[in-house]
Amino acid sequence: MKKFMTGNEAVARGAFEAGVTFASAYPGTPSTEILENMAQYKEDIYSEWSPNEKVALEVALGASIAGARSLAAMKHVGVNVAADPMFTFGYSGVTGGLVLVSADDPGCHSSQNEQDNRYYAKFAKIACIEPSDSQESKDYLKAAFEISEKYQVAVLYRMTTRVCHSKGLVALDDRKSVEAIPYVKQADRYVCAPATAKRNHPIVEAKLVELEKFSNETELNRIEWHDKKIGIVTNGVAYTYAREVFGESASYLKIGFSYPLPMQKIADFAKEVETLYVIEELEPYMEEQMKAAGIPCIGKDKIPNVGELNPDIIAKALLGEERETKTLEADKVVGRPPTLCAGCPHRGFFYELAKKKNVMVTGDIGCYTLGCAEPLNTIDTVICMGGSISMGHGAKKAFEKNNVDKKVVAVIGDSTFFHTGVNSLIDVAYNSGNTVSVILDNRITGMTGHQENPGSGYTLMGDPANIIDIPALVKSIGIKHVVSINPLHLDEVDKALEDAFAYDGPSVIITRWPCALKRFTPEDKAEFDLERKVCVVVEDKCKGCKICTKTGCPAISFDKTTKKAAIDANMCVGCTVCLQACPFDAIEKAGE
Amino acid sequence: MSEVKNILLAGVGGQGIILASKILATGLIDAGYDVKMSEVHGMAQRGGSVTTQVRFGEKVYSPIIGKGQADILVSFETMETGRYVEFLKADGKVVLNDFEMPSAVILSGAAEYPTGVVESVQEKFETTVIKAADLAQELGNIKTMNVIIVGALIKAMGLQDLNWKAVIEKTVKEKFVDMNLKAIELGMSQVK
Repeated sequence: MKKFMTGNEAVARGAFEAGVTFASAYPGTPSTEILENMAQYKEDIYSEWSPNEKVALEVALGASIAGARSLAAMKHVGVNVAADPMFTFGYSGVTGGLVLVSADDPGCHSSQNEQDNRYYAKFAKIACIEPSDSQESKDYLKAAFEISEKYQVAVLYRMTTRVCHSKGLVALDDRKSVEAIPYVKQADRYVCAPATAKRNHPIVEAKLVELEKFSNETELNRIEWHDKKIGIVTNGVAYTYAREVFGESASYLKIGFSYPLPMQKIADFAKEVETLYVIEELEPYMEEQMKAAGIPCIGKDKIPNVGELNPDIIAKALLGEERETKTLEADKVVGRPPTLCAGCPHRGFFYELAKKKNVMVTGDIGCYTLGCAEPLNTIDTVICMGGSISMGHGAKKAFEKNNVDKKVVAVIGDSTFFHTGVNSLIDVAYNSGNTVSVILDNRITGMTGHQENPGSGYTLMGDPANIIDIPALVKSIGIKHVVSINPLHLDEVDKALEDAFAYDGPSVIITRWPCALKRFTPEDKAEFDLERKVCVVVEDKCKGCKICTKTGCPAISFDKTTKKAAIDANMCVGCTVCLQACPFDAIEKAGE
Repeated sequence: MSEVKNILLAGVGGQGIILASKILATGLIDAGYDVKMSEVHGMAQRGGSVTTQVRFGEKVYSPIIGKGQADILVSFETMETGRYVEFLKADGKVVLNDFEMPSAVILSGAAEYPTGVVESVQEKFETTVIKAADLAQELGNIKTMNVIIVGALIKAMGLQDLNWKAVIEKTVKEKFVDMNLKAIELGMSQVK
């Protein structure tokens, strides 16, 4: 039976077929759907959202040491968070097969950088496997578990956006039940104190020699002989682009097992062809190792190491072929940046914050990053998950030490606060900070498409769960000035900000209202008045001042001829932020 | 048929482009083609510009295309057409849903919605213009706009004889099957 699946769905299916019994992740584009799809196999696989990637990898490691086939999935930058355990289990190895899925994002479709995580496998001395389409995403995952258990090595399973989010036909197999490896205490391996680490290091070096032998033999690194004038060493989705461009006019060495690289197989392939190209997305990971081994090849001299590739870029770079294209006149297209949704609870908060003067705003990663955009234009920095509160603390200390009078507000979402923001807030409380930390609690992990989190009341597998009491948590950390507000009430937001600015010491504001797109839980319905009554513009009261458009709501438009604002009834959810912003009472709730 | 055909669907987050692509891809798979489809998730969904690509033929390798490679561009929103026409082959076709959704910069008054887009597209490409929003209103549900557009695309590609009823039954919830069948037929009727 064949099914049309994304690479991410195929990975979940592969885990099911491979006899995996444990899976964990923190959501992050383009990896999120791997664990979302894992939940359907809950009869056989326990799966969970962990609060961050480090925890996700550690729980999977614990499951592996306990003898189970285990998988942890995350986006490329998530691996930075999880790097600490990864580098040490690189030495200790694993027991039950352990696969760390790293979903890289060439082209930064939804990310803050486009780092190439193949280097992590080499750096941490673990194996690396790279599928190039949905079928391989499933099949290679099963191979990854076999290899992981045979060599007691973790596998970095490196995917990219176009592998994760492209659909292709996948032939399905049955699940193979795998007995958990009986647990035996192995303190000499897993208590990674200095003496153990010294003992483990040469063991892993010897293991890498074995793995390179395997790499030279495995069909995961396969040669497709066609015309030998051109030979192409390629990997991942780049293989599909190369096949598209060169067809059977070139021979291919398709690298599916990319650490350690099959250097002998590459050298033998190179000898058979006249010209050798290396076609790989992002960094010259393979090219560098080939050149270091004295294998002449052409790669990044011609192919960009910035952004994602496609067949067109390769044809242009290597064949000088450029397709004819036609464009419209420049004035026929206007930008369309992403915006906060109509009814987004973050809007009311940012609308008021934007009015405050002499404030530095450190932001974080989530939908609310969009508070940086016009017309709200409130955020000064966004670097990494959880960084807002700590960066704000550092900035405020620096301002104080250098006699700069500036207020600092840090904004962070609920899920990002649980991720690593809580550590930052501990720092603020411990080191007598003087910032305003704002936790934008929309009762869900929004940006990645509504995943449950430790504050939402449910687990990935749909079971009811403990709900973190954010105000109590914040107080127990040592923050004394804590208020919870409704961010859709502009007067409440204004007062909370002014009180926090007036307070000498660290303060926390929690804005609590559910995401407008969320499927409301019974708890949401009990706590919030979610009846949808749309807002309308009363035309004869509208003076055309355009203040309502400064909320940046996509449901509000302004007609330049009539000089009146209008609200799209299909989009409006009746949040009333525009109604409160209007100085002429020209916006009302429909039917009131 | 050894040649791979490329369809680029473009519009705005929330317009139902992914479902539309899924309907199209399912029909092509049922007809025996190898199909690859590519989507973008995440940040772009928040009212941003969204595209998907559907490629079909005897054997398809790459899930995506570059500039100058699409046989058909289907735009769900007027201005979005202009953003993606450079992905079309010089003799590529356009199915254009004439439906304006002002972006944030236009709503805030920082820019004006461009004029003359349809005419400019018609000048340069073989173009089918439909008004799927009006047709969807006639059907009584604005949300059928995406399926009406798929209907027009299917006819423009000459694929109207595939079993689209079976496809709709597979891809939408049971209670929406009748509505979507009407929508797809209405879309087909818009193309001569």
